[in-house]
Amino acid sequence: MSVPVLSVRNIEKSFGGIRAVRGVTFEVRKGEILGLIGPNGSGKSTLFNCILGQLRPEAGEVEVNGQNVSGMRASDLNRLGVGRTFQQLSVFPKMTVLDNIILAGQEHHGTMLSRLFGPGDAGLTNEAERLISFFRLTHLRDTLAGSLSYGQQKLVDAAMAFMAGPSLVLLDEPAGGVNLTMLANLKERLTAYNAEHGTTFVVIEHNMEFVMSLCTRIIVLAEGGIIAEGKPEEIRANQSVIDAYLGG
Amino acid sequence: MNAHIRKISILALLALAVLAPLGQGNYIVYVLTSWLIFAIAAMGLNLTLGYAGQISLAQASFMAIGAYTTALLTLSGWHWMLAMPLGLTACFVVGLLLGYPALRVKGHFLAFVTLAFNTLVFLVLRNEDWLTGGSYGLVGMPRPDFGLFKTMKQLHFYYFTLGITVLAALAMWGIVRSPWGRAFKALRENPIRAESLGVDTRRITLLAFAIGSVYGGLAGALITPLVQFIEPGSFGLAHSLRILLMVVVGGAGYFFGPFLGAGVVILLPEILRFTEGYYLIIYSALVIVMLVFVPTGLIGVWGRIRERFWPRQQVRADMSEGARLK
Repeated sequence: MSVPVLSVRNIEKSFGGIRAVRGVTFEVRKGEILGLIGPNGSGKSTLFNCILGQLRPEAGEVEVNGQNVSGMRASDLNRLGVGRTFQQLSVFPKMTVLDNIILAGQEHHGTMLSRLFGPGDAGLTNEAERLISFFRLTHLRDTLAGSLSYGQQKLVDAAMAFMAGPSLVLLDEPAGGVNLTMLANLKERLTAYNAEHGTTFVVIEHNMEFVMSLCTRIIVLAEGGIIAEGKPEEIRANQSVIDAYLGG
Repeated sequence: MNAHIRKISILALLALAVLAPLGQGNYIVYVLTSWLIFAIAAMGLNLTLGYAGQISLAQASFMAIGAYTTALLTLSGWHWMLAMPLGLTACFVVGLLLGYPALRVKGHFLAFVTLAFNTLVFLVLRNEDWLTGGSYGLVGMPRPDFGLFKTMKQLHFYYFTLGITVLAALAMWGIVRSPWGRAFKALRENPIRAESLGVDTRRITLLAFAIGSVYGGLAGALITPLVQFIEPGSFGLAHSLRILLMVVVGGAGYFFGPFLGAGVVILLPEILRFTEGYYLIIYSALVIVMLVFVPTGLIGVWGRIRERFWPRQQVRADMSEGARLK
């Protein structure tokens, strides 16, 4: 069997007396779209941040494509092929959409010196335009990202995560605050990207409709631990999941 | 079309800079030279603050490092062209070191760290008189000769400074238009996101300080032969604040902001001299009024005019809040 794209083993993280993540272990295979769901405070974002090096877990290991990445800086992790989006809007508001996308790829091309003396766009304009067109943002190419609507910014944010051709993308609530039309567009684009490139996704999401229709497998967290795992239809029918969400 | 207009305006301004000192007295030429030199220092701070978003109140201390290194070396017989690069190297290294606190502290706290550094440099210059001449400073530094072109005459020195300024501006243009420039802006706008996209924010923060400091050093290396007398008082905190004022008044984060800002801060007091005792009051009042009504700096005024008459043209949203010192 091939090496999992992401392997998380026994991650533990506490804040003071609260054990936010309790020994979480799971694996994600190439091309999978894994949903990570759970009620508020269940430890999803903490787990995400532990995987991505934003928080240092007390115990446990994270491997990406077989390489131990525990304690690695976010920029190094990105260079290893891990893209991400943030819960809050995280575009660069004072740069154009094109510049946002080029920035997301430029550090993966050439050396520090070639980025100073080489072309201003690091030779990425065509590639960035292809991605902008893939996310149907071509008409906004030269618009400042900060002046776009919330949903459009979410699309730019997602597009940025794909610019460097990652093998794994972690999306933190991509559907949050996005209207229905834009949401359908986002889901359709993510699915198309996954089908086209075989990129692996891990998605944190509260929007059940979105997560159930997008993901191939779902892990449910409650109080820092995994309480259920399976296909969307299995999760939908799982009594402990229903209890966790309803506080039963 | 826009790029065409820009090119023509730059050439027109350059022609103006070439023609401005002709037929003027030595003092006016001296003031114009100071304007160019401070524009270089402000250009450096504009990179650190305007583009990369890292506040620094130590630009005058880098002018001091550049000025004293050049002065000591030229006094011991080195040519300015050899002494200057050493001064810049010293500034690059010290700027890099000053960048380290910026990896841990931000905003006002960083301002205080850089302020303390400026004071430290001032004290070293004043107290280590075996090297720096203490409060009396250093005097009699020669102006550089380049074969037939000698810079002893004020006008010649002005053209020499103009040449260096153009080269420095071209280099800065190259930096801010390169992927580095994009990374600097990303650091200013959202360092966590930038890091998650592979930008080594630690390295880019240090570089923002180091490159900004080199420009301070270059300004210092030019002050030395211009004034031919340097003393610690010329590089105190008040001067760092003055350079900061130039950046803010001109428009932080705009390429031509520092030239405009240095013009206002250096030239306006001279223009207002006819008001005699009142000129400082008028000058200060004008600065206050400007910062209240045009927080985006003078370059932002053009943006507002454009917005009013050609509303389809986009005004940069980042400057709507002015230069934020966080």
